[in-house]
Amino acid sequence: MPQVKLISRFFEIENSHRLRVYEENGGYSAARKVVTENWEPDKIINTVKASNLRGLGGAGFPAGVKWGFVPKDHEGPKYLVVNADESEPGTFKDRHVMINAPHLLLEGVIIAALSIAAKDVYIYIRGEYWEAYHVLERAIKEAEKAGYLGKNIFGSGHSIKVHIHRGAGAYICGEETALLSSLEGFKGWPKLKPPFPAVKGLFSMPTIINNVETLSYVPIVIEKGPEYFAGLGVERSGGARLFGVSGHVNRPGVYELPLGTPMRELIHEHAGGIREGRSLKAVIPGGTSCPVLTAEEAEKVNLDFDSLAEIDSMLGSAGVIVMDETTDMVKVLCRICKFYSFESCGQCTPCREGTGWMARIMERIVSGNGHYQDLDDLLDIASMIGGNTICPLGDAAALPVTSFIKKFRDEFEAKASAGSITAASSRLSAEEL
Amino acid sequence: MSGKEKKTVKTVIDGKEYAFPQGTTILEAAKSVGIEIPHFCYHPGLSIAGACRMCLVEIEKMPKLQISCHMTVDDGMVIHTNNERVKKARKAMLEFHLVNHPLDCPVCDQGGECNLQIYYMMHGNYISRLRENKVKKTKKAFQIGPHVMLDQERCVLCSRCVRFCQEISKSNELGIFQRGDREEIDVFPDMQLNSPYSANVVDICPVGALLDKDFRFKTRAWYLESADSICPRCSRGCNIEIHYNLNRPWKNEGRRLARLKPRCNLEVNDWWVCDEGRYSFKFIDDDNRIEGPLVRTDGKARNTGFKEALELAAESLRNSAASTDVEIAVLVSPRAANEELYLLKHVFSEQLPGTRLVFSSATPFEPTEDDILRKKDKNSNTRGAELMGLTPDSAQVWSLSELKDAVLAGEIGALYICYHDITGLPEEFSAGWAEALERIPLVVYQGTNTCPTSEKAQIIFPAAAFAEREGTVTNFEGRVQIQQKVFEPLSEALPGWQIIQSLGVALGGSYEYESAEEVFADLAKNEPAFAGLSYEKIGSGGFVAKDAKA
Ligand SMILES: Cc1cc2nc3c(=O)[nH]c(=O)nc-3n(C[C@H](O)[C@H](O)[C@H](O)COP(=O)(O)O)c2cc1C
Ligand code: SF4
Ligand code: SF4
Ligand code: SF4
Ligand code: FES
Repeated sequence: MPQVKLISRFFEIENSHRLRVYEENGGYSAARKVVTENWEPDKIINTVKASNLRGLGGAGFPAGVKWGFVPKDHEGPKYLVVNADESEPGTFKDRHVMINAPHLLLEGVIIAALSIAAKDVYIYIRGEYWEAYHVLERAIKEAEKAGYLGKNIFGSGHSIKVHIHRGAGAYICGEETALLSSLEGFKGWPKLKPPFPAVKGLFSMPTIINNVETLSYVPIVIEKGPEYFAGLGVERSGGARLFGVSGHVNRPGVYELPLGTPMRELIHEHAGGIREGRSLKAVIPGGTSCPVLTAEEAEKVNLDFDSLAEIDSMLGSAGVIVMDETTDMVKVLCRICKFYSFESCGQCTPCREGTGWMARIMERIVSGNGHYQDLDDLLDIASMIGGNTICPLGDAAALPVTSFIKKFRDEFEAKASAGSITAASSRLSAEEL
Repeated sequence: MSGKEKKTVKTVIDGKEYAFPQGTTILEAAKSVGIEIPHFCYHPGLSIAGACRMCLVEIEKMPKLQISCHMTVDDGMVIHTNNERVKKARKAMLEFHLVNHPLDCPVCDQGGECNLQIYYMMHGNYISRLRENKVKKTKKAFQIGPHVMLDQERCVLCSRCVRFCQEISKSNELGIFQRGDREEIDVFPDMQLNSPYSANVVDICPVGALLDKDFRFKTRAWYLESADSICPRCSRGCNIEIHYNLNRPWKNEGRRLARLKPRCNLEVNDWWVCDEGRYSFKFIDDDNRIEGPLVRTDGKARNTGFKEALELAAESLRNSAASTDVEIAVLVSPRAANEELYLLKHVFSEQLPGTRLVFSSATPFEPTEDDILRKKDKNSNTRGAELMGLTPDSAQVWSLSELKDAVLAGEIGALYICYHDITGLPEEFSAGWAEALERIPLVVYQGTNTCPTSEKAQIIFPAAAFAEREGTVTNFEGRVQIQQKVFEPLSEALPGWQIIQSLGVALGGSYEYESAEEVFADLAKNEPAFAGLSYEKIGSGGFVAKDAKA
């Protein structure tokens, strides 16, 4: 399937981050329509529901359905929070959106805020996204000056104030409830659910949290109609999204494709194929939290939520990491394990202790001091973490371990037994041996 | 129960159906029917953290195991707290807790009362498969406040201590620093864990990460026995346990009483005590205890045995009463138990009619107070004295300053002092008393410890400390609570009520109470405020006296 140019068309327009250019290209007409035609919140929500737009931050929850969870009779403030923390390894699409089409995001923000009657919106942006932060700041000022944000937007009597909050570099603050804790001024620790944020979120008020890309599709859905969007790609799982391809391909980058596009097409056509003519070994389909695919699986699977679920993986954040035949899978898993161990917030025991334990075992294996038994231990530890933690980071840390070892067992066994370490002597650390 | 009765729901736990009030957590519901679910981070007095994951249970129709400290029971819910899946998860959670836990048990003061040890024996019992080095933490045996020692490696990061400092003491000294398995409990920079409630964190810490500096290494927890009592240090009357060791006198520096621990009473102190109360027990085993009845002649005190001292006291008091120029006064103590106060009231009015009662609630302690537990009145039984008409609210009862005026005017022939160290009180109460005491022809002192005031007495009776006798005290709200007798009085000391009774007998009366409980039975009959009360009725939770509106 060919690329679609809904969000990504702005990637190619010069100065698309400026309000004037954005408006010349049809910008703010969706928000204007919703405001001036006085759309009821339900109408917005139903339109988004009908479009089949799913959350693109990783979990894939239908956006309209989530908005519908906000209690209508709530008295007091409600909030919309934009998750711009983008820290999942292999994921870099939101940055492109914010730098090239900040007004598209803001337009989506306006519509989403109206649908839940939120007057204050917080954009929680990854601390390292310095450029995107400045672009957004300027865009907000432009939009306020034009009367699209701030008091009395489009002369309608509604007001929407957008605040930007810069994160301090913790991956966990992308998890929605940790993000809320951080915004509230606390340590970035996920909160127990229930209650869910839509009922009790930021400052204990009903709150909707959406990913940058999710919200950026909202104006497009309104503009082109929900049927158009839902009609893209495959049935039931329709729509389009931005795929960020990295790794051993000739043209890494962000590609906007209808859902259901074969992964083969993304890798070999859009991303220009494997570099230096090598062959494909493995693909992580949606950021490192998603189970890895073998080349065979990758060549066959289609890029939509259901197809990936069928082979026990996920579309996640659509950060596609492509690995060629030269890749050392043991080292890759070690790197991933170290990431999750470093980023575990430490609140709940299985993730806090388990991620570090797995990382240390992996480091020992990589250093040549592995033991055959380590592999089963790793699988067991991963299964003890999975499903037993406060937030999905625990699962995210466990899934790669399970999938890497199961799918590339030979490679792991070769490495683990290469050191001819006995169970007893392997108790010493790499440095001591 | 208030107007809105809570709805009950029917829930099946481990194959049996029960009815629970809606909103009860599974953990509490299970506990109420005798099923213990292991847990580290849950504490009934704190908010829910959901962090340790030890309390996972299976709920039918839910794909994942759920934490029972957070999930509430619901109609039709079918819960398994001990099936294979749950047991496996529990063991796994335990293994995670131990991944970075040091092998400190033999030298750890928590040993024997450590939830990690206990749960390992109950739910773990596996052979370690850990081949990696443990994560090293910075602070071991590190003092973080006047009473508390921190060992970061032993910490299971349950956050109970942090939540206590946020939610109960509201002093916010503790935090969890760093992230992941590098996390450490610590005080915030430039802070000390020094709130008036600091040592409660030791009680709620499930492991040996926070230890009581005072108790540490004094004796092993399993050598201790426990008895219920009431903290004597202020009029709140916090419920406590007294932990003591009699069988190994070479432990704990020869002291019998090893430590006080809070005992939960939701009407009085919840799960807590203040530090002032917690460390108020040292006097019981101090070297300056009065061990026998003393008679002082020519400045030299001599142990005469009770018989002689009582006879001498009775004779001297009678002589004094015979004089028309002077009065006898009794300085009543708001730290004496109800039984003792009752006998005091009766013995003196019956045997030495006209005896002047004097009351003071002054103590040498700072009158600290807050809206958590501590009360300004640092006596355990002021309210009891008040309900028996023994405080200066009754016209016949003098205050300390009225007594001093009378003494200086030469009107007091004999003074019987219960427990008060008058000269050790703050200046406003003690001023002039050192000299005034010299002017009283006969001073009798009844107390537990030698003090400057007792040094001025000619006759001294050794009284049992609160832990050495049975008795009741009445807290500021009028709640009558029992202090159990934990161990025998030191040497020849006797419970206060018994001393008074013996004095009454020496004075010619007939008093034949065999126990404090018997005294209380009469007290309840004769003192309207205590009508209908008995030790049985008071029980372990206390009972509010009649007409005891605060
Ligand atoms: C550990 C972790 C990290 C996450 N990081 C991000 C992130 O950086 N950006 C994001 O949009 N969602 C992230 N998520 C997903 C969010 O929790 C949440 O599902 C999402 O923001 C909801 O928005 P959506 O429905 O529009 O996708 C993360 C989730 C987890 C468990
Ligand atoms: S799963 Fe990991 S990141 Fe999530 S709350 Fe637990 S410790 Fe923190
Ligand atoms: S805290 Fe418990 S398990 Fe840890 S060393 Fe002390 S006694 Fe042992
Ligand atoms: S010090 Fe004790 S109470 Fe505090 S978090 Fe650690 S284990 Fe829990
Ligand atoms: S007791 Fe439930 S998670 Fe710790």
